[in-house]
Amino acid sequence: MPDQTAVTVRRLSKSYGKVEAVKGVDFEVAPGEVFGFLGPNGAGKTTTISMLCTLVNPTGGSATVAGYDVVRQRDDVRRNIGLVFQDPTLDGYLSAEQNLRFHAELYGVPKSVVGDRIRQVMEMVALWDRKDAKVMTFSGGMKRRLEIARGLLHSPRVLFLDEPTVGLDPQTRSAIWGYINQLRRMEDITIFMTTHYMEEAEYCDRIAIIDHGEIVVIDSPEALKASVGKDRVQIQTGDDARAIEALRERFGLDAAVHEGAVTFAVASGEEFVPRLFAELGMPITSVSVSRPSLDDVFMSYTGSTIRDAEAGDDTMAWMRTMARR
Amino acid sequence: MATETIAVRTPARGAGHDLRAIKVVLHREMLRFVNDRTRMLSMLLQPVLWLFVMGTGLGSLVQGSIPGVDFRTFMYPGMISMTVIMTGMFSAGSIVWDREFGFLREMLVAPVSRGAIVVGKCLGGALVATGQGVIILAMAGLVGIPYSPALMLTLLAEMFLAAFTITAFGVLLAARMKNMQTFFGLMQMAIMPMVFLSGAMFPLANLPSWLHFLTVINPMTYAVDPMRQAVFSHLDVPAQVNAVLNPGVQWFGYQVPVPLELGLVAVLGGVLLMFAVAQFRRAE
Repeated sequence: MPDQTAVTVRRLSKSYGKVEAVKGVDFEVAPGEVFGFLGPNGAGKTTTISMLCTLVNPTGGSATVAGYDVVRQRDDVRRNIGLVFQDPTLDGYLSAEQNLRFHAELYGVPKSVVGDRIRQVMEMVALWDRKDAKVMTFSGGMKRRLEIARGLLHSPRVLFLDEPTVGLDPQTRSAIWGYINQLRRMEDITIFMTTHYMEEAEYCDRIAIIDHGEIVVIDSPEALKASVGKDRVQIQTGDDARAIEALRERFGLDAAVHEGAVTFAVASGEEFVPRLFAELGMPITSVSVSRPSLDDVFMSYTGSTIRDAEAGDDTMAWMRTMARR
Repeated sequence: MATETIAVRTPARGAGHDLRAIKVVLHREMLRFVNDRTRMLSMLLQPVLWLFVMGTGLGSLVQGSIPGVDFRTFMYPGMISMTVIMTGMFSAGSIVWDREFGFLREMLVAPVSRGAIVVGKCLGGALVATGQGVIILAMAGLVGIPYSPALMLTLLAEMFLAAFTITAFGVLLAARMKNMQTFFGLMQMAIMPMVFLSGAMFPLANLPSWLHFLTVINPMTYAVDPMRQAVFSHLDVPAQVNAVLNPGVQWFGYQVPVPLELGLVAVLGGVLLMFAVAQFRRAE
């Protein structure tokens, strides 16, 4: 393999008519890395992942996956990647094992190892004892686990997970993260995933924050949090508008209402709270101070929280649907 | 888990790999069919109704004009074709279903040629349809047709050919279709005239010229006629009755021979298959 990276992306872009879903992004993913693509719905995550998986042709730029060009060496890319989509792509009328056998044949997994490999991946996601059950009887979480097993069946060099935990209950979500961590230890694999759960992005080695089709920043979760440097303070008051004005007048702070509370960032938040109570000049009903989270990172780079960003982006959500077809 | 990870090396694309893909797509078609008893039953019910209810009713009406032949014997090859057509189309329609439920994507992202997937689908549809046809074959004795091995084998082969072509047609229709309702609507629209104009229900002899023209350009005519000729060649039928019930197909007075008819169906199947593959390549 001539390429030393698992994924290399250069000025990659995709337009649907006049709408630019991805606007010339650049990044690299090293072999063995867990790389997270973080952004609100409609930011261009799925479009980017679809281009890397050869499902959508880019309108500009280039990308290689496992050393192969995603446009010119499509089959080579496909042999070397595993895919887990947001929406299930299993045949509910077949048993779990039959679904995997189908996949093994389609990918040309050598006959001598098919049986053992199927057993191995199914044991990894704890579904071996359900191998003969029809997939339509599975819960959403079981289906997702089976899809992860299937995505791994042909030993891909890069596993793409598009929102692997969306719509799952917390217990299943943590189980899926358990598998992903186990995977990193067992297999020589690079994981490329998208998520819009901030908590989950922390599991990644590096994160790219994407917003409106552009990469805002790429770094490790720790470095990103350190770069924010400020604590996040949220207060509840009787009159939010007045509170925001008071914060600006008296402390020179930029505050805004996020998640129903007046929110602002300030260095050493705990020490600031006593001053706040003394000098704001209006009653505060509650206060919370938190260390910077990835949510704050997101906010400091994009100017909105991920939930706020999702609320107003119908056009982009529509484009995402287009991209997924 | 302490076991060593089994690393899999997948091969580059080759004929062997494509063959495996064809086989597994075909295999899935079989599994789906075997698991779906309701579908099997409903696909059988219609031809059986036509044969034993309509056939018996109409038969009493036309008894006088076709001495020595049961009208149901006449309808029999037509009913085989009808079964085969419906089953084949239904198999093809599952592509639309697969698209709606996401499974098509699993097939289309695999490192395998579109051709292999489409060929597998068509062969699968054809085999399932032939299997369905076998059940109708088993009823031959009920309408006075001998269980001659030669006849049975001929009918099986002809069935398979017809089924393959119709499945290829269905796959072509389904290639771009996004929902089942549209597909079934279109399927109904295509099947009804094809069945009516094929000689499955009534003999094609002595038709008004406009109707004759329509039956001649209907591809299904060339699938039904060889089956009827095969059946009638194993019966002892008076010549004038044979002329009414089994007139063959004529092009401006030229009697089209069975091999040419079968050749036409095969060529059409091949062409439809190619178009279907092209559609899937383009859809990418």
